[in-house]
Amino acid sequence: MQLGWLEITLFSIVLTIVVSALFVRGKNWLDPGFWAVFALVGSLVMFSVLWLLTFDSLKKMSFGSKRVPSPTVINHRVGYSYDPDRKMFVPTIGEEELFFGKKWSEKEAFQLITKGKLAIQSRNCMDCHTLLGNGAYFAPDLTKSWLDPKWDTMIKPMVGAETKEEAISKWLQNPEYYATWQRRMPNLKIDDQEARAIVGYLKFMSAIDTNGFPDHFGQSALAY
Amino acid sequence: MKNPGILYESQKLALWYWALAVVLFGFQLIFGLIISYQYLQPEFLHKIFNFSVGRLLHLNAMILWLLFGFIGGIYWFLPLETQREIVGLFLGKMAFVLIAVAVGIVVGVFLLVQIGKADWVTLWFITEGREYIEAPRWADIGIVAVFSIIFFNVLATIWKAQKLKGILWVLTLDLLAIIGFYIAGMFFTPNISVDQFWWWWVVHLWVEATWEVLVGVLVAWVLMAVLDTPRKILEGWLYLEVFLVFGTGILGLGHHYFWIGAPEYWLGIGGFFSALEPLPLVAMVVHAVYDAGMHRLTTTNKPAFFWIVFQSFGNFLGAGVWGFMHTLPQINLYSHGTQITAAHGHLAFFGAYVATNIAMIYTALQKIRLSKGGNLDGRLWRWTFVGFILSIFGITAPLTVAGFAQTFIERAVGGSTWQAYINGQLHPWVKEAMAWRFGFGIMFFICYLMLVIDLCTIGKQPVDKENTHCL
Repeated sequence: MQLGWLEITLFSIVLTIVVSALFVRGKNWLDPGFWAVFALVGSLVMFSVLWLLTFDSLKKMSFGSKRVPSPTVINHRVGYSYDPDRKMFVPTIGEEELFFGKKWSEKEAFQLITKGKLAIQSRNCMDCHTLLGNGAYFAPDLTKSWLDPKWDTMIKPMVGAETKEEAISKWLQNPEYYATWQRRMPNLKIDDQEARAIVGYLKFMSAIDTNGFPDHFGQSALAY
Repeated sequence: MKNPGILYESQKLALWYWALAVVLFGFQLIFGLIISYQYLQPEFLHKIFNFSVGRLLHLNAMILWLLFGFIGGIYWFLPLETQREIVGLFLGKMAFVLIAVAVGIVVGVFLLVQIGKADWVTLWFITEGREYIEAPRWADIGIVAVFSIIFFNVLATIWKAQKLKGILWVLTLDLLAIIGFYIAGMFFTPNISVDQFWWWWVVHLWVEATWEVLVGVLVAWVLMAVLDTPRKILEGWLYLEVFLVFGTGILGLGHHYFWIGAPEYWLGIGGFFSALEPLPLVAMVVHAVYDAGMHRLTTTNKPAFFWIVFQSFGNFLGAGVWGFMHTLPQINLYSHGTQITAAHGHLAFFGAYVATNIAMIYTALQKIRLSKGGNLDGRLWRWTFVGFILSIFGITAPLTVAGFAQTFIERAVGGSTWQAYINGQLHPWVKEAMAWRFGFGIMFFICYLMLVIDLCTIGKQPVDKENTHCL
């Protein structure tokens, strides 16, 4: 079902006021009990609406939905382009493209990104980087970092890799060997399997529809 | 004052919690200083004590010491409200010992082990790796257990005293919500959008809803203690505040769902309700000014009174104004994930929660040190008060400037790439701001030391009689 934000907002406010007004008939507005009714009704209404929207949102954010792709998206070329209808940048999923030289079955892809997520959590990535914009601000945002031009222009030649995924994987395992900037990533003892899983996760994450965040990622001529 | 000089056992337990809270506050600041210095000198302790470890400890020490402060407040005021000793005192003491030991173990693991392999052992015993709720799973269960004990103690005490009305039922329901929302953060999913969706249930619904209501309760008690504000007025205001905080804050959660992969309707819902979120905070400022005026600033406990009045202003500025600055989706698209968020966080936590805890501790000290009644006052707390406020604004302002620069250079112009990030960080508005932030951080730490000295000494020497009772 397509839900409009204005309808939901007005519905919850009107419902709160009408129900509260029914309960406080005859009460003096200076009496604390008057506001106790508003406090209880308001909390219950808002929480119920949140609960209903949560079911709807979780459905729309499940693997394989329009917003969050299936893990097998790693078998495809992922891009980011402007959608004039929605007036925002949206991920695009293109033709098939081998990932680490092979096509991943649904089960393999799911296992890969599960391991990738575990690796990201076990290394506390969010305490330096941001993911989907949440985390710390000591290091760059990783939401669309799979699409970052720097992997091709700088890291690939630096680590001597054939493909982007190999370049990221090598770089993640030994970030201290390759000078990038004065603020450097420490060696987090990421092994080869974990590095591949993290790369898979970055590719998967770049295909999530984030309502246009970050805006025009990688499309600025001023920052290559 | 009722029962002058005699402390309930529950109040002695409160003092344990506050002592631990103040120590953890110090640790929070030390870790904060280390990581803010790493912004200036990235090589500092590189590979030994990385930024990620320091930040994790900075955040978690803060969350824990604020919680311990609140728990202390509950144990301090509950017997006064119910006019009886709490039920389940032994449970309460046991919970304290357990949580103190658990905090020690978790901090030890964070310092020495730091990271793990990509498996379940890491999530259960080292770190969950999710910002703010990094505590390993076993410690999460411990937190829920401790809060359940507190919930039980509150409910059982109220039950025995036959007093479930007024402020107490707000506290009871709020504690239940605190426990419930925390459980939303205890699972693993490979779907990061779903992960973040539930993660915000803990992070937002704790800090911007249940904690706000909890400090509403605590502030009401402090006002009763230091200003003798009539209960009826406080109750009316508390209910109105709960209505406004929950009425705006629950769906205000939507401002965190803009960019995590959630449906587009959250842009509108989140923007609308979070724009209303400052409302209860404005109401609190009005209330504080009104109340202070009604009493012509007369109080026997000036430090607690000043901190509680500042609480309303700090909460309004930090949570309300700095929050509203970047809450609309049109702005947040570019400001999200920049130092503006850090600026907002620093000022809001200090204003809303740190101030409340300090005020509560001063309230308690009056009863302990001046058992026969009398004024709690002195010189040092004034310097501390002014110093803290100056330094927190000194931390917030440069972070705000840095955040604006990042918003423009890194996000709006640069398109948020790795290089755009570096370009933003190299801009003088960001680089120099980080130096200012560090400098005011040191000042803040000095104020902390002064606060500790003052808490240890205030009230032990008689106060100059001429200067009492009125400002």
